[in-house]
Parts: sequence; C-alpha cells; structure tokens
Amino acid sequence: MKLNRRKFIKRLVIAIASVEAFFLVRHGITKKTAVINKESLVFVGEESKFFKNNTYPFLSDQFYLKRFDDGGFMAFSVKCTHLGCVVNINTKTGGFNCPCHASRFDSYGNVLSAPAARPLDIFPIVVKGKELYVNTQKAIIRQSFDQKQITYV
Amino acid sequence: MSKNISEDRKYSPFVNFILHLHPKRIDKRAVAYNRTYGLGGIAALLFVLLFITGMILRFSYIPNIEYAYESVVALQNQSLFGKFIRNLHHLSATLLIVVTFLHLIRVYYSQSIYYKRSRNWIFGLILLFLVVLSDFTGYLLPWDQLSYWAVTVITRIIESIPLVGKALADFIRSGDSVNENTLLNFYNFHTGILPLFLIIIMSYHFWLVRKAGGVALPETEKKETVEVIPHLVVKEKMAALIVIAGLFLMSVFYDAPLLDEANPLKSPNPTKAPWYFLGAQELLFHLHPVFSAFIIPVSLGFYFIYIPFFKYEHLHVGVWFNSASGKKIMFRSVILSIIFTFVLIYLFEHFLLFDIWMNNWPSWIGTGLIPLLCYVVPVGAFLLFLQKRHQVNSTELKMSFTTILLSSYITMMLTALLLRQEGMLLIF
Repeated sequence: MKLNRRKFIKRLVIAIASVEAFFLVRHGITKKTAVINKESLVFVGEESKFFKNNTYPFLSDQFYLKRFDDGGFMAFSVKCTHLGCVVNINTKTGGFNCPCHASRFDSYGNVLSAPAARPLDIFPIVVKGKELYVNTQKAIIRQSFDQKQITYV
Repeated sequence: MSKNISEDRKYSPFVNFILHLHPKRIDKRAVAYNRTYGLGGIAALLFVLLFITGMILRFSYIPNIEYAYESVVALQNQSLFGKFIRNLHHLSATLLIVVTFLHLIRVYYSQSIYYKRSRNWIFGLILLFLVVLSDFTGYLLPWDQLSYWAVTVITRIIESIPLVGKALADFIRSGDSVNENTLLNFYNFHTGILPLFLIIIMSYHFWLVRKAGGVALPETEKKETVEVIPHLVVKEKMAALIVIAGLFLMSVFYDAPLLDEANPLKSPNPTKAPWYFLGAQELLFHLHPVFSAFIIPVSLGFYFIYIPFFKYEHLHVGVWFNSASGKKIMFRSVILSIIFTFVLIYLFEHFLLFDIWMNNWPSWIGTGLIPLLCYVVPVGAFLLFLQKRHQVNSTELKMSFTTILLSSYITMMLTALLLRQEGMLLIF
C-alpha cells in the first residue's frame, strides 16, 4: 500500500476527528461535570451513640452500619450482590435478606443462601477521635469475611 | 429514454413507491400467505406506528427524574386520548419484539438465509438487537418502580461480565446506580439515535431482500407470475389493517403498566427484568455469572451470526424445515427441549443443590461448570442419538440444535415470567 501526501493528510484528519468524537461522546454520556461531587466522607455520629449488636440503616447514603458484640463496626452496602436490590435487615438473626430474589446474608455479610455469589460490599470506616465517618465513594468488593474488615475505635 | 419517462408517469407517486419496494410481477407462490406470514411487513408497519405515537409522546414527556413520572401521569389523566396513545406505543413495542423474533424463526426454518441471503441474515440480527435495545431504553422512561428496578437488574447482569463488566455497566448508567444521567442518556438513545440507526439498516435490509430476488422459494420447473398490484398489495393492506385494528382495540381495553414513582430505597418483591430478558435472568439464577453473562451469550452470538456460513449438505433453499423428515425432527426437538429445560429448572430449584454440596470448591465449578454440563451432556446425547439412530444429516442436526436452544430460552423466559412469584420462588 502506497501512502502519498494527500492520503496521509486525509487519514490524519480522520484519525484526529475520530479521537475528538470519541471523547465528546464519552464525556456526553458519562456527564462528568454534571455529576455532583458528593461529600465522600459521611458523618454518622459519635461512637457512644451506637448500641452493641445493633444495625443502623443509612438508606439515603446506601449503607447499613453494624456494631458487633465486641464493639467493632462494619458498614455494609445496601445493594445485594446478586442483582442490586436493596437488602432488608433480618432482625431475628442480625443478618440481611434480599426481597427480590431471596438471597440471605449473615451478620458479617457472608452469603447464607444463593443466588448471591459473594458477600455484601463494605465501605471503609474512618475514625476521627470518637467520631465515625463512612467513605461511601469507595465500595470494597470482597470475596470472604476477614477479621481485618471490622473497624474498632 | 423518453418512452421510459412517459411510462413512469402512468403511475401515481404511491404506486411508484410500492414498485420500488416490490418488483412489478412476482412468483405466485410468494404471494401465498403461509410463505411469509407477512411478518417482515408487519414489523415495518409496527415501526411506523411506534414512530408516530412516539413523536406524539415526545411532546408531553419530560426527561428529568423530577418530572418524568408526573409527566406520564399527566399524559394519562389529563390529555385527551393520552392514555390510548401510550397504550398503543406500549403494545406496538411488545408486539414488535414478538414479530421480529417470529420473522427470524420464519426465515430460518424456511431455509431463506443461505448463499446470497446470508448477508441479510446478519443485518436482520442487527435489527433484532436494535429493536431489543430500543425496547429496553424505552422501558426506563416512565421512571416508575417497575422500570427503575428492571433496569437496575439488567445493568447488574452486565456488571457480572468478567473484567470489563463493571466499567461497561458504569458507562451505561453513567454512575454506579441508575440515576438522572441514565434517564437522559436512555431518552436520547430511545428517541434519537436508535430510530435513526433502525431506519438506515431497515432500508438496507429491504434493498438486500430485493437484490436476492425476493422471498426464497423452492426450485420448480415452470414459474407462474402475477402482478404485484393488486395481488400482493391487497394482501399487504389487509394484514396491515387487521394489525392496526387489533392494536387499536387492545389499546382501549389493556392499560400499559405504571406503578408508583421509582424509589431507589425500596425494592419491590419480586423484581424482574423486562420480559424478553427474563430468560437471561433465569439463567443467572442457575449458573455462575462468568458462564451465564459472558461465555454463553458470547458463544451464542457467534453461533447465530455464523449459521448461514457453516458447511451444509442437502440444503433445500425455500423448503420448510428442509424436508419432511426435518419437520418431524424439529417438532420432536421443540417438545423434548421444553420438557427437559423445565424439568432441569425444577431439579435445580429443589433437588440438585450443587452450590451447597460443593461449598468447598471454587464457585465457578459448583455453580457454573457442573450445572452447565447437566444441560450440555443430555442435549449432546440427544443429537448423537439422532445422528446414529436416525441417520439425520448435518443440516438438520444443526437445525435441531438451534431449535433446542431457542425453545430452552423461551421456556426459561416463560417460567420466570409466569411461575416466579414473591421471593422469586417457583409457584404453580
């Protein structure tokens, strides 16, 4: 294939135009500037406010805060790992049930019964003095429960 | 030259247009109703109906999460015939998916996709894909609980594709959950980009039909032709009027669903995907996402694209089911596939609990490979049985395989649609 000047310039223009078009479309679809940068750290309250062995829903921020018997905290995403429905608290077991497709999770977010394939996602908890904050921008996808995932004050 | 012009002038513009779509004379057998069932034409008609009703709906719809739902409610309650137009749009869209699928089945089983028609098969598949995509993007627009959670479920299925799934789903939703940007993007695709693509590819699809010499017919020695006007056009008009009358009548009595306004904090029970995706959702119940959201859809896609290009022996273009024995095999495959798929779903639900039995194994074996083998091995055995015992040739064997796959999907779809109730449990 011979490439003369005319062909070269033509192709160069097409290449540059397509790169520009790609970024325009991509930017248009994702609307980067339109996404309101929400406060990444959500203040949930002082540590002493939360009773042990209790689950606190923060539905508008899409997480459940759970305090265990030993005083440790975990923040679970409300979204079921199966198809993204909002899970409910199971008050009897302290776990979570999905209303859509009957997945069940234990109090650490582990799967008790399918169709969900992995434990509930968790959010990192940041402790500042006695105050708890949850970073809702950074969901941690995990394959199993680990003692390190519990945050202590 | 001057003679041609004067001949053209004999026709009215409308007749002229028809003679661009059809030749002047066609084979008598192509006019018979049971040759095509008019499915392609009905699909085109439905597209026109959807275009017109869609243009009307665009005037009252507001693509913004604050007003979308209210604007639909206002349309239904306050506009004269607003509800009727929305019902008509909904019903036509539903029917379009059914008709497009039936059209695919018709061309496939009447052996009309080989040789010079193979390229049009690919464009047909693209059209089917665009139709499903149009339906799916339109599904979100009312912004009620049904549409919000259906789209959430589908984008979650996309998320389960390995490696690129999360990025792709985030791109489609433009965020990590369905939000106002998703609505605007879907609106833009639904009312602008997809119809445009559909019109372009449809035109090409029609042109390729004519270029291939029209409807595929079995070879005969003597050909009898008839004038397109009136013989074919009268039948087309009749079919179109029946479809329009049926849809209008249905739109009066059947209301398009509209639940409460979308609430991202409360999932309805059960949450289902749009009905045509329910087969995929059912598959996701039983199989690990790597298989059900990636390996199976991708390999099926390649298989369907490649269908006209396989090597075939004893191919009879235009003959229904290729031969009389082919017809028998097809019916047998359909019935066996429906029963087998349904029994397998039931067994997975209650007896074959591989996810519990194989808890210590990696989940892609226990919930992926082994359930897949439960399907593949019996199907393979059945095909082998046909080949060994009945000496079925490779053409009809491939057709039997395709039939089994299509019937399985329909069975899964109907099971999820009709039998899965609260908590997605199978209830009879």
